Amino acid sequence: MLTYFIQRLVYVVPVSLGVSVFCFLLVHIAPGDPLTAVMPIDATAEQQAAMRAAYGFDKPLPVQFLVWLGNALTGDLGNSIATGRPVAGEVMRAVGNTLILAFAASLIGFSLGILFGFVAGYFKDTPVDRAVTALSITGVSVPNYWLGIVLVVIFSVTLGWLPSTGAGPGGSSAWKWDVEHLRFIILPAVTLSVVPMGIVARTVRALVGDILSQDFVTALAAKGMGRAGILRHVMRNVAPTTLSVVGLQLGYLLGGSILIETVFNWPGTGFLLSNAIFQRDLPLLQGTILVLALFFVFVNLLVDLVQPLVDPRIKRG
Amino acid sequence: MTDQQGTDLNASPDRGGPAQPLVIARALKRYFPIRKGLFGRGKGAVQAVDDVSFTVRKGETLGIVGESGCGKSTTARLLVGLADIDSGDLIFDGDKLGATLTHRELWAGVQMVFQDSYASLNPRMTIEDTIAFGPKMRGVAAKQAHAAARDLLARVGLAPERFAGRYPHELSGGQRQRVNIARALAMRPRLIILDEAVSALDKSVEAQVLNLLADLKAEFGLTYVFISHDLNVVRFISDRIMVMYLGEVVEIGPVESLWKKRAHPYTAALFAAMPSMDPDNRTEVPPLAGDPPNPINPPSGCRFHTRCRFAEEVCATMKPAARPVDGEAAHMAACHVLDPRSGHTMAGAPGLETADA
Amino acid sequence: MSVTAETTMEIAREEVSGSSRGYWHEVFRRLRRDPVAMACGTLILLLLAAVILAPWLALQDPVTGSMIQRLKPVGTPGHLLGTDELGRDMLSRLVYGGRLTLLLGLLPVLFAFAIGTALGVFAGYVGGIFNTVIMRVVDIFFAFPSILLAIAISGALGAGIVNSLVSLTIVFIPPITRVAESVTASVRSLEYVDAARISGAGPLTVVRVHVLGNVLSPIFVYATSLTSVSMILAAGLSFLGLGVRPPEPEWGLMLNTLRTAIYIDPLIAALPGVMIFLTSLCLNLLSDGLRSAMNVKD
Repeated sequence: MLTYFIQRLVYVVPVSLGVSVFCFLLVHIAPGDPLTAVMPIDATAEQQAAMRAAYGFDKPLPVQFLVWLGNALTGDLGNSIATGRPVAGEVMRAVGNTLILAFAASLIGFSLGILFGFVAGYFKDTPVDRAVTALSITGVSVPNYWLGIVLVVIFSVTLGWLPSTGAGPGGSSAWKWDVEHLRFIILPAVTLSVVPMGIVARTVRALVGDILSQDFVTALAAKGMGRAGILRHVMRNVAPTTLSVVGLQLGYLLGGSILIETVFNWPGTGFLLSNAIFQRDLPLLQGTILVLALFFVFVNLLVDLVQPLVDPRIKRG
Repeated sequence: MTDQQGTDLNASPDRGGPAQPLVIARALKRYFPIRKGLFGRGKGAVQAVDDVSFTVRKGETLGIVGESGCGKSTTARLLVGLADIDSGDLIFDGDKLGATLTHRELWAGVQMVFQDSYASLNPRMTIEDTIAFGPKMRGVAAKQAHAAARDLLARVGLAPERFAGRYPHELSGGQRQRVNIARALAMRPRLIILDEAVSALDKSVEAQVLNLLADLKAEFGLTYVFISHDLNVVRFISDRIMVMYLGEVVEIGPVESLWKKRAHPYTAALFAAMPSMDPDNRTEVPPLAGDPPNPINPPSGCRFHTRCRFAEEVCATMKPAARPVDGEAAHMAACHVLDPRSGHTMAGAPGLETADA
Repeated sequence: MSVTAETTMEIAREEVSGSSRGYWHEVFRRLRRDPVAMACGTLILLLLAAVILAPWLALQDPVTGSMIQRLKPVGTPGHLLGTDELGRDMLSRLVYGGRLTLLLGLLPVLFAFAIGTALGVFAGYVGGIFNTVIMRVVDIFFAFPSILLAIAISGALGAGIVNSLVSLTIVFIPPITRVAESVTASVRSLEYVDAARISGAGPLTVVRVHVLGNVLSPIFVYATSLTSVSMILAAGLSFLGLGVRPPEPEWGLMLNTLRTAIYIDPLIAALPGVMIFLTSLCLNLLSDGLRSAMNVKD
């Protein structure tokens, strides 16, 4: 068990390193000179060379990578080309808002997904089951950026119940847990929750159906165990796989929120990314991707570490 | 392009003459490294086959027996060149594999029938295609190969007009194993390794397939290495029997001789575990208890000493050499009891089976 | 015992085609009995026919519009599905837009299927150090949520159809490689592969005849399950301004440019999304149907 934890922890190192290499190379696969944006148009050849040296672009790639990595490890992700401000600060401000949105969306998506999946798996091959199955396949098929627009049309434009953009009254981007702010998060969170809800419902339904059809459940029922007891058994057996799917989806929520944040002008990393794309602000793009990917690695690690604790089968492994 | 294009496949010729053993296995070793730790660095190895030597004579059937995990199957895979030999020599009719013999040349003379009749047939191929595949790979024209495949199907008892176009899942286990035998025969080998080839079959089907094997052996002049955990079956089909324990050979000898006297305590225990049809012929030796030890760290000295009734100090310290049993050179066993100079208190005793009674 | 490469290949081809007949026959027989999959398949085929035959369907110009005809509602004579914010015919733009969306959605999966299968089968069959290197690189790509990866590569490469194709292909290579590697490794350990090896067939022939035939269908089913994601991602990239550039019609891009119109004509603004949604739903249902139809052996 301990060796598993240590192995899993150490495994994070090469993966994180690979992720860093990928993010570092992003700027270098981009067409054109990364300095074009900051270079004066009439710069002489010497000025250009001086500039290149100042940014370290005259050194070989591996050296550039090590310098970049060293800076990144000390929290320096370079400066945004568009604003000139440090990328790290911009990303950290935005990440908070993205996490709040992802948290709200996972609360909705996972609870409904698990509930629906459980009900459908328990009442397999009934109309309830078919309705849930239809709902979950709709959930995974719907382009959520479009769903966001539809919800805005219905609840903001037509009914006027909820605000359509922003994260708070008066364009505030500082989140507070009050009713005023919560009204702003409802639409984006619901939109974002649809895909994970569909996937989680699908997984849980299959798991519950599988376990209920197994011999040991029949044996428990034959031994006179009540419905509640059997349900407890089912839950214990469904938990580990559900947890790993939930963990994976949690990571995907961070990525999926990019488009949703654009639709709702939510001041998070997605909004930052779409600005970076629009202004071809490569350092900002690179920094944001790096932080999000490392966060995803971290979430996966957490899930892998927690999973054996809830899995009755591998406890003694 | 080969000159065999358009002709039938010929069996590889007998080169060494009848006296040359078909196979000489000399000190074969095969270790499987255990991948553990972060960077897959080896931490010990499973000694699947450790220093195994034996010969297979032309035209005989050598039976190999032992508990599961004793290295029987790995030995089979070494003989047929599917597993790499870590050290030791494999000599096929006088030619050493890797020196004067390539794997392709070895496969022209040795074929194998596997235990799992289903997994050894490509589910996407009709059985005729499966049988014809090998000869075509060796340059036989498609037409000839398919004609030969249908003849072989008939020979193993599957009417080609009914079976040729079928897929493996449309056959029974016994029928599939007949196909596997036909597939091996199609390559016109001189040696066929049968790795638990009848173990998964029903008893009645097993008997039919065994009879078929005996007929084919006579008809095609084959040599068999027959691996099984079922002593009755091995006795029926074999001329000689080799007993393996934890990757080593503990006893080898002609069937009658071995049946009369089980010189190694492990052989005795193995035979004792065999259900006897005759109530008067009860064995008094208690069967083996427990599982074999971990092959990653095999016991020192004689590997059997941890489970042996006669184990003494010498057994844990010294590895016994193979010695003739009762002066019969064809019957060898590796046990200190057989060696008068070993220091074992029972050394030189008339024999274990009788010593116990 | 040497056989020329051509003969070997001939044999291989003959074997594969000859052997697959029974299997595919069975798959289609099952698929025909699945009404949902059949309906979805028909819809996808109709859509494909429409977008391929678009130039011959007597549609209006999808690119030039008329400023006085802006945002006409659905059902306007001459504009069956209305007009967009620049007065261009929506029906025509939806059909032509489907061309690019489907192309950008399906081609990356196809490319990734080819590349991922090659990598995964190689890694799974050869094993050893090659396997370790390939699969560890794949692990690194798994550290990115797919949409983040697509946006990262597209964002760095810049907008454009080719860049969008490249980035989506890269997104789908790792998962397909992983599936291909694991099916290949399990087939590799089956005894019919051993039997083929000891028949003297070279590794390429063994892979082509005995491995590919048995791993392609599971990999293919997996790849089809990615098509809907790929299409949503492709449209999403255009929606972010990373895929197709205006005035070229593409569903994701149309959805973006029509966002301003949601206060005037919400139905028109929602139409491109409806198309993405329906297509992706059909792709998912068809893939599910294919998955159960291909489970011939259990």
